[in-house]
Amino acid sequence: MTAEAPVKTKPLVDVKGLRKLFPISRGLFRAPTDFVHAVDGIDFEIAPGESLGLVGESGCGKSTTGRMLVKLLDPTEGQIKFSDGDYEKDVARVGRSEIKDFRSRVQMIFQDPYESMNPRRTVFDTVSEPLAVQGVGTVPEREERVLELLHLVGLTPAENFLFRYPHELSGGQRQRVAIARALVMNPRFVVADEPTSMLDVSIRISIMELMTDLAERLGVSYLYITHDLAVARYMCDRIAVMYLGKMVEVGPTEDVLANPRHPYTRALLSAVPVPDPSIKRTPVEIKGGISKAINPAPECRFIERCPFAAEVCRENPHPEMFEVGDQHFAACYRINEI
Amino acid sequence: MTLSLENLQTRRIDPDKPLLEVDDLVMHYKIKIGEVSAVDNVTFTIHQGEAVGLVGESGCGKTSTALSLLRLLPANAEYISGQIRLNGEDLLRLDEEEMRERRWKDIAMVFQGAMNSWNPVYRVGDQIREVLDTHYRGEMDIDEQDRHIASLFSAVGLPPEMADRYPHEFSGGMRQRAVIAMALACSPELIIADEPTTALDVIVQDQILKELKRIQAELGMSILYISHDIAVIAEVTDSLGVMYAGKLVEYGPTAVVFARPRHPYAYLLLRSTPSITGPRRKLAPLEGEPPDLVHPPTGCRFHPRCPFATEKCVAEEPPLEEIAEGHRVACWHYDQVPELDMELVR
Repeated sequence: MTAEAPVKTKPLVDVKGLRKLFPISRGLFRAPTDFVHAVDGIDFEIAPGESLGLVGESGCGKSTTGRMLVKLLDPTEGQIKFSDGDYEKDVARVGRSEIKDFRSRVQMIFQDPYESMNPRRTVFDTVSEPLAVQGVGTVPEREERVLELLHLVGLTPAENFLFRYPHELSGGQRQRVAIARALVMNPRFVVADEPTSMLDVSIRISIMELMTDLAERLGVSYLYITHDLAVARYMCDRIAVMYLGKMVEVGPTEDVLANPRHPYTRALLSAVPVPDPSIKRTPVEIKGGISKAINPAPECRFIERCPFAAEVCRENPHPEMFEVGDQHFAACYRINEI
Repeated sequence: MTLSLENLQTRRIDPDKPLLEVDDLVMHYKIKIGEVSAVDNVTFTIHQGEAVGLVGESGCGKTSTALSLLRLLPANAEYISGQIRLNGEDLLRLDEEEMRERRWKDIAMVFQGAMNSWNPVYRVGDQIREVLDTHYRGEMDIDEQDRHIASLFSAVGLPPEMADRYPHEFSGGMRQRAVIAMALACSPELIIADEPTTALDVIVQDQILKELKRIQAELGMSILYISHDIAVIAEVTDSLGVMYAGKLVEYGPTAVVFARPRHPYAYLLLRSTPSITGPRRKLAPLEGEPPDLVHPPTGCRFHPRCPFATEKCVAEEPPLEEIAEGHRVACWHYDQVPELDMELVR
């Protein structure tokens, strides 16, 4: 986690024109005509060792994006280039024979530690499963590796946790097991989907610190998906804001928080409650509620709720990203007038 | 009979007059292996027109306290001692029928996750009508009920014609607004709101909290907010209580507690809450886990996790003592708790 701009090297993840449309079924024998545009043409890069925060309200497409990056979903269109040294692959085109190799490099941590673990398998079974699938080591070697990881994620003494079942663990401990499972293969890239949103504040901080610390020590990059901007502030080098399948703003974390340029980012930031009664927030300047991205019109996705919508927004397609600062981009025609 | 929200706007409130006084409440849950000390010696007062918050982590007893006030506890719960006085009348001495009449009419509750508990096959308006049927049997005809439901809907910022729609036609935020409309149906003096915005997105949360604040001011109601989210409590309450392991450990005016928390747990809770404004200060994690309430720790229940704990804390339980006007703290070493120094991360 450095405040400086990341050094310009080959990006670890390079996403271009990524789209995912979900058909709305009209019945067994009729072809679907309506589509939910869950992710609708987004581009971004993640540098090696960098953490990118993907923020937005529910239904904005952030989890769908994360799932495409680990190949739990296949994109409708677009490319996701993953480069790790000599290994270079378009995630969408990773074939069945290559998926094992891919999964040893890219992993995911899920939101709910109560549902992402098999209740009938011990901590050892859960954490060592990737090793077994990948055929790494003998059983004693795997046990060694699992102990090492449990120690790393702060479940000590590790021996005491090895043969426990998920119901014997607290939420925070389960999330530590989930992190150990994600890191057991030494991945280069981890997608973390709201890993702390189910946890109490005091436990949340220690999990956040653990993830940051491990990223630095092991050189892991995160795509950190969250609805909580305050958490993103502590976890991410850069923040990308999504709205109804489109990316509306991306930039260095502190820059986006201090100087948001897109009207949606501004509304989102001013709606976050502040844990200090002496601060009065600026009122939220936004209309109506979030709609669904079903067959959306070509113009700006945010137009109906935007307090700054003008002629130029109605006559043109959804805006491209414009540079508004160092590494800071926003998709709005009226950036200079707001 | 006429019942309208307009009449209520004339309700006079006296901010110094107590509405609900919880006095030394002790409540246990009986389970197979013993008794869970869920609420222990909780004492606080909600004044007329006041918004009070209870914060704490899961299992700290905040929801149990709220349910105790309405006597809606599960069958294995047992009131050990204490009083809950509403306008001077002890609710724990009422019989079941008398208590039933107090609910909704005097104290209404917005339950956690209530927005997902609408019956999907009935119109939302008709589900609110049930409350009116129960509490004003034979006193309101259908037209009066319709007018009242329409006025409730406008009061919470929903178009009145939505009353004829089914729950699936409402968005999450609208469903939550409808829950609040239902809570207002019998114009209660006190609304207990248990995590009223927890499942909502921030922009919708902002709208709902503003709506609640406006309704509270206009109708002269008191609200008890229950939340794990310190930032929400900071914004909507006048006073707050911090709960830990069934105990009220600190209570005082919201501005005072946030400026200078005096209980080590309250201090650590504030220090571990990330914020998007202000300097990016280092967050202090709370070590350890909340205690097992079947066998709560001796002395102060926070001592195993407390950085200031001494032998006295292990041996003797600190009383909730007034350290300044209206500011009470249960800690032997409250004077050692530092100011919220806001050092930068780097």
